[in-house]
Amino acid sequence: MSEAAVQLRDLRKVFRRDSMEIVALENIHLEVQRGDFVCLMGPSGSGKSTLLNLVAGIDRPTSGELHVLGEEISRLSESQLAAWRNRHIGFVFQTFNLIPVLTAFENVELPLLLTKLSSKERREHVEMALKLVGLADRMAHYPRQLSGGQEQRVAIARAIVADPTLVLADEPTGDLDAHSADEVLKILQQLNREFGKTVLLVTHDLRAARRATVRHYLDKGLLQDAPPLEMA
Amino acid sequence: MLPFKYNWRSMRVRWVSTLMTVVGIGLTVSVFLAMMSLVRGLESTFTETGYPLNLLLLRQGGTAESTSVLSRQNYEVVRYLPGIAPGQDGEPLVSPEIIVLINHPKKDGGTTNISIRGLTPRGLEIRPTVRMIEGRFFRGGLREVIVSRKVKERFQGMDLGERVRFGKGNWTVVGVFDAGQTAYGSEVWTDVDELGTDFDRPIYSSIVLRAADEAAIPRLKEAIAADRWLRLKVQRETEYWASQTRTAMPVKALGYFIAIVMAVGSAFAAMNTMYAAVAHRTREIATLRTVGFRRRTIVLSFLLESALLGLAGGLVGCLVALPLHGLATGTTNFVTFSEVAFNFRITPRLLLQALAFAAVMGAAGGLFPARRAASMKIVEALREL
Repeated sequence: MSEAAVQLRDLRKVFRRDSMEIVALENIHLEVQRGDFVCLMGPSGSGKSTLLNLVAGIDRPTSGELHVLGEEISRLSESQLAAWRNRHIGFVFQTFNLIPVLTAFENVELPLLLTKLSSKERREHVEMALKLVGLADRMAHYPRQLSGGQEQRVAIARAIVADPTLVLADEPTGDLDAHSADEVLKILQQLNREFGKTVLLVTHDLRAARRATVRHYLDKGLLQDAPPLEMA
Repeated sequence: MLPFKYNWRSMRVRWVSTLMTVVGIGLTVSVFLAMMSLVRGLESTFTETGYPLNLLLLRQGGTAESTSVLSRQNYEVVRYLPGIAPGQDGEPLVSPEIIVLINHPKKDGGTTNISIRGLTPRGLEIRPTVRMIEGRFFRGGLREVIVSRKVKERFQGMDLGERVRFGKGNWTVVGVFDAGQTAYGSEVWTDVDELGTDFDRPIYSSIVLRAADEAAIPRLKEAIAADRWLRLKVQRETEYWASQTRTAMPVKALGYFIAIVMAVGSAFAAMNTMYAAVAHRTREIATLRTVGFRRRTIVLSFLLESALLGLAGGLVGCLVALPLHGLATGTTNFVTFSEVAFNFRITPRLLLQALAFAAVMGAAGGLFPARRAASMKIVEALREL
């Protein structure tokens, strides 16, 4: 299990606002092994989410190498990237981002609509994913009928339903109370331990960081040695 | 492909703007349908007039019966040409006819020209779509006329037994005929010789004859064209009336102009709605793309949604316009300058055209918003509220 899932070399990301250049990431060298539960910490604006977005293939680096699951994804076209994301990436957002007009079942089913699975197979997959996050009895509920914690669990089910290799989570507990946050973290840990998923988590939450097997620290766009958890 | 329920439910969630757009497109479609059903009604009045085996003879170069002049000798030569079908009395089915225009008051105010057609009883026999529905056929020498049902309904003094004044005196209405949706439905008929005398016209306007069969038509045409003395233009009766559909051109042009102007307005309304929909769902779109949906899938989904808006509007427009079907109206025939009565006609084909027009209008409105939705950068869109 020591094969690298993510390999970043001399990665740089610069945002341009009018005539100003804002360096979000500079000289990033990072390797994430398959099966790791990696936590990426750092203050607001340090570039954590930018790094996660680059790994997820929803943003492109300004320069540097970006190998994810053996593929140099910055060279893929938009439509190749979309197909790649669907196959390999499960993304969990801080704000859940469920489609409000679709039920929990329909939300979780979305990534499977891009596969060749039959409707029966899709149903089986969706039911299994929702069962895993403990929401088998909420399949017909719309997001507005769910609590924040339940919404995030549906979002996790959506992220894992297509059986991705890499689960990326951007502050998944940021909008949740302590109890719900704990449940979400347990699920992510279960995905890592029992199902061998590589998890890359961006967080401020020390409880989340404690569950990680590897921790990295970003500050002002630079990757630094992770301080002890008590100081983070 | 994104599930259809996503679009349908999204439209329902923002039902106020959906409804406004649907009503806007519906009004445009109803105006389009009204104008086009008017054109269809007018055109079909001409295209449905005439019997396939009938030939109509005008002077050479003539375009309308009302401006054509044929001599009585022409009639005498033509009636004995071989290939003409015999009538019930065994005589050739040939009807020499005169058209004159009179200005007559309408029931709803104003006056307009009516075509008075002078003909013989064979003129009725030659036109199988025309049938008497009240009273009797006119008799020569008694200053009698028969009127079409539409003339009776639309003009003053045209009821059975009433006297109508034109030419050199009064004429009595002795019968009413039904000519279906044909151009004869806008005419008054009387005896050809009596009409000629009253208007000092020792000539005919046209000659209508019935060919014995289809094979006789080219022979008759050839014989008439070859006779230099006759100098007549011969054409099928159906062709003659079909050529008058150009009467519908001004209405058609106006109809298209109004429909296009309103369609542009409605497309902007649809565009506004779809821009709002895209703005409202920016983060949803970004999420869908993160999950793996491609740009073109998003474009297609939003185009489908706006086309659906258009279709819903189209349905509303059809329902609003449908009661117009069958409504009688009239206009001036720009070839003969006489009144032509006709009915609004909303055909299934026209309804389909209206629905397609509405869907295109909706989709056109959705094009730019859909492109905007798909061209957004995922990362930026995810930050939107």
